[in-house]
Amino acid sequence: MHVPDGFFNAPVSIAAGAFAATGLGVCLRGARRELDDRTAPMAGLVAAFIFAVQMLNFPVAAGTSGHLLGGTLAAVLVGPYTAVLCVAVVLLVQGFFFADGGLTALGVNITLMAIVTTVVGYAVFRLIVRSAPRSRTAVSVAAFAGAAVSVPVAAMGFTALFWVGGTAPIDVSSVAIAMGGVHVLIGLGEGVITALTVSSVLAVRPDLVYGARGLKAPLVLRTAGGQSTEVTPEAAPEPARSAWPLLAGGALVAVLLAGVVSFYASSSPDGLEKVASDKGLNTHQESHPLGGSPLAGYGGKAVGDQRLAVGVAGVAGVGITVVAGGAIFYAVRRRGRVADRARA
Amino acid sequence: MTTVSPSLRVSELAYAYPDGTQALFGVDLTIGRGERVALLGPNGAGKTTLVMHLNGILTAGHGSVEVAGLPVRKDTLGEIRRRVGLVFQDPDDQLFMPTVREDVAFGPANLGVRGPELELRVKEALELVGLPDVIDRPPHHLSFGQRRRVAVATVLAMRPEILVLDEPSSNLDPASRRELAEVLRSLDVTVLMVTHDLPYALELCERSLILSGGVIAADGPTRDILGDPGLLAAHRLELPYGFVVADRPY
Amino acid sequence: MGAGHRHQLYRPGNTVVHRLPPQCKLPAVAAFAVVVVATPREVFWAFGVYALLLAAVASVARVPASFMLRRMVIEVPFVVFAVALPVIGLGERVEVLGLSLSAQGLWAAWNILAKATLGVMASILLAATTEPRMMLLGAQRLRLPSLLVQIAMFMLRYMDVILDEMRRMRVARESRGFAARDVRHLPVLAKSAGALFIRSYERGERVHLAMLSRGYNGSMPIMNDATASARSWATAALLPAAALATAVLSWSVS
Repeated sequence: MHVPDGFFNAPVSIAAGAFAATGLGVCLRGARRELDDRTAPMAGLVAAFIFAVQMLNFPVAAGTSGHLLGGTLAAVLVGPYTAVLCVAVVLLVQGFFFADGGLTALGVNITLMAIVTTVVGYAVFRLIVRSAPRSRTAVSVAAFAGAAVSVPVAAMGFTALFWVGGTAPIDVSSVAIAMGGVHVLIGLGEGVITALTVSSVLAVRPDLVYGARGLKAPLVLRTAGGQSTEVTPEAAPEPARSAWPLLAGGALVAVLLAGVVSFYASSSPDGLEKVASDKGLNTHQESHPLGGSPLAGYGGKAVGDQRLAVGVAGVAGVGITVVAGGAIFYAVRRRGRVADRARA
Repeated sequence: MTTVSPSLRVSELAYAYPDGTQALFGVDLTIGRGERVALLGPNGAGKTTLVMHLNGILTAGHGSVEVAGLPVRKDTLGEIRRRVGLVFQDPDDQLFMPTVREDVAFGPANLGVRGPELELRVKEALELVGLPDVIDRPPHHLSFGQRRRVAVATVLAMRPEILVLDEPSSNLDPASRRELAEVLRSLDVTVLMVTHDLPYALELCERSLILSGGVIAADGPTRDILGDPGLLAAHRLELPYGFVVADRPY
Repeated sequence: MGAGHRHQLYRPGNTVVHRLPPQCKLPAVAAFAVVVVATPREVFWAFGVYALLLAAVASVARVPASFMLRRMVIEVPFVVFAVALPVIGLGERVEVLGLSLSAQGLWAAWNILAKATLGVMASILLAATTEPRMMLLGAQRLRLPSLLVQIAMFMLRYMDVILDEMRRMRVARESRGFAARDVRHLPVLAKSAGALFIRSYERGERVHLAMLSRGYNGSMPIMNDATASARSWATAALLPAAALATAVLSWSVS
């Protein structure tokens, strides 16, 4: 999805650039809170890791530049602010050193791939973790959901920007449906890899997973009278206050994108037919996150020449994700409440 | 050995990690100026923990560390880190800058050295390790042995009181091993060498300490310590097969 | 953008372009890209002029065309997309060689192809004539946020180390008969990724300790802060200035 020059018109490129610069400014301050004076070396190593992981699924044929986006993965592992910086640095290095992604499109690329995926993914992750009982499973499930949601949301962001300032005359609703459908599937792949990676780190070095800092068992303090209270063991201070703007921002982005996209999708009664024309778009977009990976198979089969399949899969995928996500959310939430009551 | 201010004096040093695991149980040791001492010990003996105390990365739970008479405290950290040159086991961890020049300059630059003086320090340190020609190369283009020697140069540029080396001979081929030994022998600086490599300790250090179970279990001439099979066996240390400590030095 | 390509990005040389201070080159290339993107697509000749400008820079820098072409493979996915545009585009149709194509789509394809190609060429030239560390130095001298520059510095330093670790892990997997073929193998890949993260993170901690041991106190010492001469700035400005003149001309024409 490394957008090249000429894809978006100048105003959108500049506006996205300004947005990206502001976002990075906020994150530069936030990352200091997450990692203090370790920020530069730690974030640099994590950026190198993200760069490497993005190559884990590298291309099979011309037209595929498949890779994981890694925004949610980084956010869960090292915290959202640091994650945005890491992914942004990866994109900057790819743009300036590897000519991958246009220099004028850096704003768009950073906004979508570094900021939107990370913020949305982390917001979803936090939402689930907060309402779930403290367990490794909950963290993994939340990581899956965060990553799975972040990819289609970023794709919708791309569509929205394309609608505002794209240079190609393609019907926006069909772009939205094709992008959404394909990216729901790609998001599932990103989610699976993210969840498995997080859980494998949790199994060995749980202390390294930023998103699981709450996992330490609470310490019990007993008084002479036999009353006991629980305290959270000393851990890295959680930027509780500062996380709110992030969560709110994530929710806002998600709602806005959902609104824009559903509006356009519904205003086009012949949406499914239009998807037929998205083949070209698919060859390009399907190519990215998991192109060369073992998951490429499902995407390829689903979207290959089966034009209708894209739309159907997309719609079904969105539905399934929403239902499953909601079910998980409520299930863990209720279990959390039950556990709370049992503890009380 | 009891000069006025030895390079290093550690007394009653005890330390427990935040998770409660205690690693050091009262370490006492003194290293005089210009001495080369080997710190031997099995895995998990607390060697790395001890090293981390020497330049204040870890703070003593009990006891004290003094470097050339200066106690390791929060307010002395800057000077302590100048005086103690720590060479890490993996040179890739130590050489983090884009070129050798910048990497060797990093330490003195943090001390406020600038301009021609900085350049001088960099050249001098690279001369000392015998690698004046690699100054403009990126560290990852050097051989492993060269990287290890450049890592030594990065701390020499800070003109330390004591050089602390963590497993200096690990992963070196025989030639690199010999080259490093020559460099270390030529230096006019106190050396504390943490190692499993007993022949290397014998080759370079007159005196050895055994750290075992978080305390100093033995302290004496390297020759005597390596010549005592019972002592070595008690602390999971072994000489290579066929190696015999000769009565006369090589 | 593979690991193996890394060292081929930069072509050592001693030309005017190579010698220009990086803080002049970076904004020059960025400005050039902006001018190109802002040029109306109808003005074909302007893009020809841009291409000639880049060709001139390439010849001064002695960067051969074969090198440029090899590196431009990165653009292929978007060529595929651009080729599809006239077929899937909306609006008025035109007949070209018996195919019914969208006129708007043709324009869009041309627009993306031309601008993306010029942008990629400019970036390749920048990377080919500027050492990675000089690029970082340029960013630093341009007063970009130092934390960002440092993160990029550490990333570039350890990229090869980590890719190497990843390669070794793959060799270890494959030498035990593992090949990632379908979804069921995903957990193994994810475990490798997890292990790679732990190694990267722990290395980051050790690097931080190594920095602390040499007196790091939260900010990198500035060691080589050189200012560029007005002449360097003027030389670097030649490219964007010529491009801007072309663009201004094209705006007035269209």
